[in-house]
Amino acid sequence: MNAVLETRGLGHDYGSRKALDDVSLTLAAGEIVALLGPNGGGKSTLFRILSTVMDASRGEATIAGHDVRRAPADVRQALGVTFQAPSLDRKLTVRENLIHQGHLYGLRGPDLAKRVQVMLEAFGLTDRAGDYVETLSGGLARRADVAKSVLHRPRLLLLDEPSTGLDPAARRDLLRLLQRTRDESGTTCFLATHLFEEAEVCDRVAILDRGRLVALGSPTALVREVGGEVVKLTSDDPEALAAAIRERFAMEALVADGEVRMEREDGATLLTPLLAAFPERILSATVARPGLADVFFRRAGRAFEEGSDA
Amino acid sequence: MRDQTWLPAFSLWQREMVRFVRQRSRVTGSLLTPVLFWLLFGAGYGGSFRPAGSPESSSFEYFLPGTVVLIVLFTAIFANISIIEDRREGFLQGVLVAPVSRLAIVMGKVLGGATLAILQALLFLGVAVATRSAFSGGGPGLAGALEAAAALILLSMGITALGFVFAWRVDSVQAFHGVMNLLLMPMWALSGALFPAAGAATPIRILMAINPTTYGLAMLRHGLGRDATGGPTPALAAAVTVGFAVLAVTAAVLVASKRRKTA
Repeated sequence: MNAVLETRGLGHDYGSRKALDDVSLTLAAGEIVALLGPNGGGKSTLFRILSTVMDASRGEATIAGHDVRRAPADVRQALGVTFQAPSLDRKLTVRENLIHQGHLYGLRGPDLAKRVQVMLEAFGLTDRAGDYVETLSGGLARRADVAKSVLHRPRLLLLDEPSTGLDPAARRDLLRLLQRTRDESGTTCFLATHLFEEAEVCDRVAILDRGRLVALGSPTALVREVGGEVVKLTSDDPEALAAAIRERFAMEALVADGEVRMEREDGATLLTPLLAAFPERILSATVARPGLADVFFRRAGRAFEEGSDA
Repeated sequence: MRDQTWLPAFSLWQREMVRFVRQRSRVTGSLLTPVLFWLLFGAGYGGSFRPAGSPESSSFEYFLPGTVVLIVLFTAIFANISIIEDRREGFLQGVLVAPVSRLAIVMGKVLGGATLAILQALLFLGVAVATRSAFSGGGPGLAGALEAAAALILLSMGITALGFVFAWRVDSVQAFHGVMNLLLMPMWALSGALFPAAGAATPIRILMAINPTTYGLAMLRHGLGRDATGGPTPALAAAVTVGFAVLAVTAAVLVASKRRKTA
């Protein structure tokens, strides 16, 4: 069996609120999979259950073949976790943090020292190994944090919004490091994010909305499903404009996130008649190839931003 | 199977030591504050205080063991505040998802607290002896010194573990202040550190009798050759002190082992 992570009907309630509902998914060895969803969509709940700090209300999850509820010690040995806030000790140096981490995972002595050295080099931290973590920039601290999470060569690495507080360059840098770790050690990465551009470069994307898994597939396959082009119009009164378009052109036009939105095969050719028909009511018009935002819209039935109710 | 207890516990203990040295304010808080109290009480009471049934010739001598217990208490409080900080800053979550037994987390903290307490107590006693403020009539023998050291270690483990039980479940240092002021400080004040049980009112004597710190302090006094009459017998003091440490550590492990059902 090649599955590194498998969940079946996983669900969790906080009181009467369903935070996670019937989530079933399988991750294979060496995949980098994004867990995409708005804040409050259930990403953190899923990660807390997978990282053994919280029991699920329903369903099962296994990591490297071990049940998260029944064999947490085996799961923890197979698992690396990078949290939203770095879990480094700021009063220790980068090297001390890594050595301490090794001890927690049962590593010691020359083997540990060697592994720490390899990790420092792989993550470009050799120069800063003797510096206190509190003196590092956000991007460097995050690198040290990921190095710490993969020191024991976990089968699965969970990353909870690892790019929080990072600039775009540091974000790309982080993804490159994950790809290299995957290539060298075969580590599966499961990365929670609310950024489309981060999810787009992953092998697969799992979309979580209001606790439900609404899509799972490669970014290109998911986007292909939307097809054609997406036309978006802004207006002072988007509802009225959408109604007018539906009546005049006999086509589907929805309002999402304050914009009139249409999925069309012939998006570009549609613009001229639209602008001619409603010159006063259309403030701006864009035509774009669909992206993951459009996948989310189609699968979740609403715009992504509306979900930010965490 | 890899070692999930003692190597991680050692590493967490080591981290406590390193952090203590790198945070100068902790030295001030847990060592200098008790010493200041000692000087104030000792000099303030001066000759006006004759502890009931105590052999001490000066109030400096009477307050000496209590000051040592205060060092233990403050060290335990700081050790526990760092649990709350570790949770807030994110360090603790990394430990919780590692294959580490909960006993390791408790022992790292409790033994760290005990080590720091005993080192500071030794420093303090060294200063007291050097300035001829204590033991002017000769120090305790080897057996006494060992008994005193055992009392210190056990009491420190017990108090740190007791604090752990509360600190584990609160999410702010402010919330822990309540525990400190309503539980830990009274445990010190009613241990015989400030006044002997012999002359106290009955309700206070009852509180002192059920306070485990009373027995730790009595064991420490006995080791130092400074028994106060009206206190527990040496055997009872030792038994209760051991029992308190075992119970408190067990409670801390149970609290840390409980998996959360909510965030």
